[in-house]
Amino acid sequence: MLKLIGLIPVFPLVGVIVNGLFGRRLSRQAVGIIGCGVVLASLIVSAGAVLELSKLPPDARYYETSFGPWIPMGPVGAHGEAVTIDWGFALDPLSAVMILVVTGVGFLIHVYSVGYMEHEEGFARFFVYINLFMSMMLMLVLGSNLLVTFVGWEGVGLCSYLLIGFFYDRPFDTRTGLTCADAGRKAFLVNRIGDFAFVLGMLYLVTQFATLHYRTVAGAVAQAGDGQHALLVAVGLLLFIGACGKSAQIPLYVWLPDAMAGPTPVSALIHAATMVTAGVYMVTRMSGLYVHAPEAMLVIAIIGAATAVFAATMGITATDIKKVLAYSTVSQLGYMFAAAGVGAWTAAIFHLMTHAFFKALLFLGAGSVIHGQHGEQDITRMGGLRAKMPVTFLTFLTATLAIAGIVPLAGFFSKDEILWGAWSSGHKIVWGALAFAAGLTAFYMFRLAFLVFYGTYRGDKHTFDHAHESPASMTVPLTILAVLSAVGGLVGIPAALLGGKDVNVFHHWLEPVVGSGHAAVEGAGHGGSQELALMGVALAIALAGIGLAWLIYRRNALSATTIAGRFRPVYTLWRNLYWVDELYEAAILKPFYAVSRFAAGFDRWIVDGLVNASGVVTDIVGQLLKLFQTGYVRNYALLFLMGVTAILVYLAGR
Amino acid sequence: MIDPRLVLLLSAVLFSLGVAGVLLRRGAITILMCVELMLNAANLAFITFARLKGGAEAQIYVFFIMALAAAEAAAGLAIVIALFRLRDTTDVDEINLLRW
Repeated sequence: MLKLIGLIPVFPLVGVIVNGLFGRRLSRQAVGIIGCGVVLASLIVSAGAVLELSKLPPDARYYETSFGPWIPMGPVGAHGEAVTIDWGFALDPLSAVMILVVTGVGFLIHVYSVGYMEHEEGFARFFVYINLFMSMMLMLVLGSNLLVTFVGWEGVGLCSYLLIGFFYDRPFDTRTGLTCADAGRKAFLVNRIGDFAFVLGMLYLVTQFATLHYRTVAGAVAQAGDGQHALLVAVGLLLFIGACGKSAQIPLYVWLPDAMAGPTPVSALIHAATMVTAGVYMVTRMSGLYVHAPEAMLVIAIIGAATAVFAATMGITATDIKKVLAYSTVSQLGYMFAAAGVGAWTAAIFHLMTHAFFKALLFLGAGSVIHGQHGEQDITRMGGLRAKMPVTFLTFLTATLAIAGIVPLAGFFSKDEILWGAWSSGHKIVWGALAFAAGLTAFYMFRLAFLVFYGTYRGDKHTFDHAHESPASMTVPLTILAVLSAVGGLVGIPAALLGGKDVNVFHHWLEPVVGSGHAAVEGAGHGGSQELALMGVALAIALAGIGLAWLIYRRNALSATTIAGRFRPVYTLWRNLYWVDELYEAAILKPFYAVSRFAAGFDRWIVDGLVNASGVVTDIVGQLLKLFQTGYVRNYALLFLMGVTAILVYLAGR
Repeated sequence: MIDPRLVLLLSAVLFSLGVAGVLLRRGAITILMCVELMLNAANLAFITFARLKGGAEAQIYVFFIMALAAAEAAAGLAIVIALFRLRDTTDVDEINLLRW
């Protein structure tokens, strides 16, 4: 099946075409079957291809296929080589992990969507968009060079925009007065900033280092002279800014919380599990470049760690169930970037995978809660839903424990690998920030779980009486994801935990692609006891966070209102999301509008003025000249005579 | 042989008469006739120069002008007849449709 990898992104496109052209006339059942079926086809081919790949010896695990040349370029780079960019697709251990996550989680979410969207308008439209998303995302991860990845990158951005604005006429945010369509537009525009940097980075890379192909980047960059080091760092940073846009890092994270305007399966698939991790994937892909640009890596680590803490604090005060999860996603993405920044590439991808499982599960669980209560999203109006929705409750709790990093669930292993990577590579401050963020994560996640599922219902009685468990098409994917969230981490058990016995399958699987990274990060033998101690610390922090949440929201030993009142300035700061949207409004949008107004005025009065002036002058001259057009033939003859006479006089006088 | 200057003077007088006629008369047919007069004054000048210079070029021009004058008369008279049928007059001062 290895030879068929080019087809993996094509299957969902078939769904796009069929549902796009005939979706209105097909029954919902048929639309759902087609929409899920094409993704299942991709999943099967992906699984077959990865299986075949795994049978090869580790260093030979690479397969590339091309749909033909795309852009042939003349001499570029320091040595003036001719470079041709192909429509190439490649499967290696890294993209193998990605396609399995994308098609696997994607398929479950498609099935879930059939149940979740059953009462909504535009059922077929939804599946067209989300199938297109799958196609573009698979293109992104399978592309063998940056440019093909970029096509997918833009494609998923488009689908994100379309799906955020899916309920385009509904109001979304009362605080900012946005509609869902506005939220989509915001996501799209913020991403343009990142994409602009991404394109610049690619252009520098291809013109200065003569490569866009992932296999040749490391080699080309290694040959770069000392004079090109600054350029290399610049390329790394530009690509990272692109990743910041797509993966919602400071300062471009503002679109992701608003992206929650989309239907919940979209939040799960695009804005939690797959698309937003594309930045992490791309940075890991370019690890060959980044190891030669340590300055850029340091920036990535700092931004990642800062985002992890910053977003977690906003998650504590949010009251919309999906917003809490959105800030959590931003925070967890910060974790992944911090891992990439300290050189723990495997840990970044490992956390990407486990996060895809438990965050998709959390979103789908939240969707199930919302669905069961006919659209209620405010957690201050929920409570005690445990009995009404047992499956949702149990799966949600599994995911909450996983994200909090409780042993032995998936999040524990991936999070600890990141923490260990930060500590052992000497980034102690990054470790401290991430450990603190882990405590915050445990706190806000259990706050969410307690507020939604425990205690007594705080909304109106009617809604509670009608609250119901979701249909099987929704609970089955929840259950499968819960199993994955529980055991998904076992593929990457650190050797330290087993007394030095190395069974870290995940690490060895990715080794051919990202190398072994920092020796200290990956080498578990000599740091064994230290690593175990750090695990204990992280676990203690997580338990402390959970305990605090339990005291406040379960035992009511501490009142949330009293605490908020005690730390009023901090609470206000978090509740208003650090006024970042307002800051951007004042610092960027207002000046931008002023410049726009000036430009509009310049266009209207100066540019248009010149055109109008030429018209007015022509008109005046015409008004004067028309006086000569008397219509009397004898006048014309006289003028003719005068003209001839004048010419003769002139010629005679010469 | 007649002094060529006299012939040229005659040509100039005829041409001026033609111009004066075009400018001063109002009847369309008269104006056409004055145009013919101007053309023939030019012919006379050509012939005179041909005589002085020797050679056939100027005479060829004269033939051209005669043919052209015939065509012009045909077209001009046709227009005058059409005008007359339309407006019942050949007075050019009453025909000023082509104005602003």
